[in-house]
Amino acid sequence: MTATATINYDDVEVGHEIPAADYPVRRINLVMYAGASGDFNPIHWNERFAKTVGLPDVIAHGMFTMAQGGRFITDWVGDPGAVVDYGVRFSSMVVVPDDDKGTLIQVSGTVEKKLEHRRVLVALTVRSGGTRVLSRAQAVVQLA
Amino acid sequence: MVLNRDFVGRTYAPSAPYEVSRVKIKEFAAAIGDNNPLYRDVEAARAAGHPDVVAPPTFPIVFCLPSDALLDPELGLNYAMVVHGEQRFEYQRPIVAGDALVSTSTVTTIRTAGTNELITIRIDVTDADGKLVCTAYNTIIERGGAA
Repeated sequence: MTATATINYDDVEVGHEIPAADYPVRRINLVMYAGASGDFNPIHWNERFAKTVGLPDVIAHGMFTMAQGGRFITDWVGDPGAVVDYGVRFSSMVVVPDDDKGTLIQVSGTVEKKLEHRRVLVALTVRSGGTRVLSRAQAVVQLA
Repeated sequence: MVLNRDFVGRTYAPSAPYEVSRVKIKEFAAAIGDNNPLYRDVEAARAAGHPDVVAPPTFPIVFCLPSDALLDPELGLNYAMVVHGEQRFEYQRPIVAGDALVSTSTVTTIRTAGTNELITIRIDVTDADGKLVCTAYNTIIERGGAA
């Protein structure tokens, strides 16, 4: 891996908490994500359709939520190329109302393990509307 | 519908190469609201040791889904009942603009969990030299498939 992390492995201990961040999500973000990713499933932009298939409202793409967790890690480490492994389980929906506020995706993270080759395992907690929306969200990050 | 277990172990033909462009990386980064300069600024990316701008960790979703297996009618998947179960990306090196990436999908497991059917597909992403760049693991849930 070629990557220039701004965090030094020697400065990080197990249990280190990465400062939590809130990422707002509005309908416009889902429309942009649909276009960029190619996932045009109407449950992510059409309230009428979402309700006919039993959803409370439009929901965010799971991959959009995963991307916010990824952003949390890359904001911490600086270089996106330092993310060696990143996996999540989608445990609940992020419901996005049609107003100017939308909702928040709230991310926090803890260094769970120090690994070989100056890498660390980071566990993420990702919530929206008081519910955990990702579970088993973790990343292996190459530190300097 | 119950998924066809004959699909386990099946590998599909490699995709046509997907050309990773600076413009697409920038568009994807904007869509996820991420202002990291390494997604946009070639000089910043080079200063960090990369040959060109870097793709966000979840970028491969742009070109590796839906895989051929999920679109094969013989699998028996009711697409209207599909939700994303799990996703993982394991990198050998970062994806950068200029890469020409080929995806090869293999169905690794199909299982029942309660009334749901779960299928996991591994997608090996290789570069123009045939070297492995990234492995994506995609688990799809068919709600009520086993009911």
